[in-house]
Amino acid sequence: MQLTHSKKTLRTMLMTAAVSAVAISSVSAETLRWARAGDSLTLDPHAQNEGPTHTLAHQIYEPLIIRDMSGQFQAALATDWAPSPDDPNVWVFNLREGVTYHDGAAFTAEDVVFSIGRAQSENSNMKELLNSIVEVRAVDDLTVEMVTDGPNPILPSNLTNLFMMDSGWAEANGVVEVQDVEGGETTFAATNANGTGAYKLVSREPDVRTVLTQNENYWGIGQFPLAITEIIYTPIQNAATRVAALLSGEVDFIQDVPVQDLDRVANTDGLVVKTAPQNRVIFFGMNMGAADIANDNVDGANPLADVRVRRAMNMAINREAIQQVVMRGQSQPAGMIAPPFVNGWTAEMDGSVSTDVEAARVLMAEAGYSDGFSIQLDCPNDRYINDEAICQAAVGMMAQIGITVNLDAKPKAQHFPLITNGETDFYMLGWGVPTYDSEYIFNFLTHTRGDDRGSWNGTGYSNPEMDTMIQSLASETDLNARNATIQAIWDDVQEQQLYLPIHHQVLNWGMSDAVGIDVSPEDDPKFKFFTMN
Amino acid sequence: MGAIFAPFLAPHDPFNPATLNLMNGFTGPMTPNQFTQDVFVLGTDDQGRDVLSTILFGMRISLFVGFSAVFLAMILGVILGLLAGYIGGWLDSVIMRVADVQLTFPSILVAMLIFGIAKGVTPAEFRDQVAIWVLILAIGLSDWVQFARVVRGATLVERQKEYVQAAQLIGRANIAVMLKHILPNVLNPVLVIATISLALAIIAEATLSFLGVGAPPTKPSLGTLIRIGQEYMFSGEWWILFFPAITLLALALSINLLGDWLRDALNPRLR
Repeated sequence: MQLTHSKKTLRTMLMTAAVSAVAISSVSAETLRWARAGDSLTLDPHAQNEGPTHTLAHQIYEPLIIRDMSGQFQAALATDWAPSPDDPNVWVFNLREGVTYHDGAAFTAEDVVFSIGRAQSENSNMKELLNSIVEVRAVDDLTVEMVTDGPNPILPSNLTNLFMMDSGWAEANGVVEVQDVEGGETTFAATNANGTGAYKLVSREPDVRTVLTQNENYWGIGQFPLAITEIIYTPIQNAATRVAALLSGEVDFIQDVPVQDLDRVANTDGLVVKTAPQNRVIFFGMNMGAADIANDNVDGANPLADVRVRRAMNMAINREAIQQVVMRGQSQPAGMIAPPFVNGWTAEMDGSVSTDVEAARVLMAEAGYSDGFSIQLDCPNDRYINDEAICQAAVGMMAQIGITVNLDAKPKAQHFPLITNGETDFYMLGWGVPTYDSEYIFNFLTHTRGDDRGSWNGTGYSNPEMDTMIQSLASETDLNARNATIQAIWDDVQEQQLYLPIHHQVLNWGMSDAVGIDVSPEDDPKFKFFTMN
Repeated sequence: MGAIFAPFLAPHDPFNPATLNLMNGFTGPMTPNQFTQDVFVLGTDDQGRDVLSTILFGMRISLFVGFSAVFLAMILGVILGLLAGYIGGWLDSVIMRVADVQLTFPSILVAMLIFGIAKGVTPAEFRDQVAIWVLILAIGLSDWVQFARVVRGATLVERQKEYVQAAQLIGRANIAVMLKHILPNVLNPVLVIATISLALAIIAEATLSFLGVGAPPTKPSLGTLIRIGQEYMFSGEWWILFFPAITLLALALSINLLGDWLRDALNPRLR
């Protein structure tokens, strides 16, 4: 309703504006006004492995292989891919012909070699996905071979968020190096973009407004609906303001309808809410590696290093109450930090938690903290559904076992660097798994933090045995043996209580009923797939 | 009154997170909770805090911050105003120019600036404890200008009067003249401004907390409550917003009425 109306207004405006009415073509301009709580952190496609950042990048840049809106592989810049018949350690990718970047440069095998190399470089946040690759070879202009350090059957699923940049553009603009986000650097590539994707960047004001327009030279014209010609993206952090914007027709599509407003939106004429479980788990991490931690009142010791304290904290969390009250049923309580979509998830581990404050107090006393301790909880307030409210609820739950929690909630742009720089002792994080495999979780979250792996492991946990098992996953071709290793790693993770799982998110997309699309489990709308009713 | 005796009146202690039952969240006024069957007179907020208790305790914070901030602003303003008016010269110019410059900024901005700096320099573990004091300091420092101007004006008038000149002639020290002779005579307008400032300070505190830079979310003041409440405006949970907002309105109104009454009472011509 509202969209057609705005379309009319737009047309009328165009009519009045252009006196020479001949110039107006018959193609109707469909503008999609899109809002979500937070903005992309950077336009540099390899600098941050973060959901909303990738979602914006997906409109502008393209990987070799993407997942469509239902999560299935689809050819993007590669037309097909297969292990080499001659060498089990080599994957061969045939590239799409006639693809150009927004600035007109041709996409070639050299760009793939450059982009993978860039994503493996020091500042890249995508390294964990590529650490099995030892060499990328351009065989000819449209063929690329990737050599891995052993046969890697799941390599293609690691490439679905790995965007291809033009090597010439990067060199000309001095952005061969990946932006150092943690170090506070900004580069040309962080604010400008030149991809092969269906939409071109028109303007960008971080945290305010980003405008994209359709790429008229896109290779996929005719293959995808491409019903939307212009995208206006405005982050709206405040939940009530975001809903008001949708209700009043100021935006057409919001990715995160607050759970308290689902009925209101669904019952409004012309608006629909579409719901699906998300491939994302929300949890708390604890700094257990440090000898002493900064933000607590215990001197000379780290209470979080004691597994009994971690178990007690896990038992104190009332997941049922969070689901019923904070999330209003729109979540699934979790017992492990893998969503059910992921290979390695088991119902047994995921259902393994129960709230038991009494037993938790006993554990605290055994650990020598019967009087509790105080600690700071760092929490984002514009990233996950009701993130700050969950943290507030946790404050009350921790208080029941004597832990005084000081809550510090702030925007994700300030929150995430605390984790990646190891500057927080107790934090909230959510993890989506684009590869649908546990290895991705282990590589980022439980492997010892180092050059190639563990970049989001803010716990300080380091276990060489586990590291060896994790590294063996990439080249294990016997799937049963691989799954057995995955289970063994999970057993350790659960035994050590490395994280405090909370729940799996449920996605609620709210949109004008003129927008035709279903929810994708990774919460990553790719607008080239959108149709308009 | 309710605010002072809050610990005795309030059914729950909303600042002790250990006593909260999250399952009580979003209970409507006078309706039993769907899980626990507990009944709350004014309902509960998103964390299961009783709204009535939270308002009573929140009002304490609001009033405490308001009184302390005005007191701070008053002390600062009166001292600087007296100095400027009595001593005059370059000191007068400096103080009044500083005041003029500060007047060009909205006081809420000044308060936010002070709050931001303080948050940056205090260590994380004390941040919650000092938040209230920082709030007082921020509002107090952004509010002294009016006091200074009024006191300076009144002092300029009083300084010319015979009794002051007499005091100077018999050789009393400047400081004694200022405190013993001028101060009592300029105090009436100061008191009236103080009551008006009190209402403004309470609203400033609510504004800061509403913007999320004031009282910590685990120790909600009226402004924090209103901020929480407005998230749920669309979903029909009106009581979380409504009752704190009404309370703030009533509080500000009654203090303003008190100010009016005080002005009339202290003005001999109207008596």
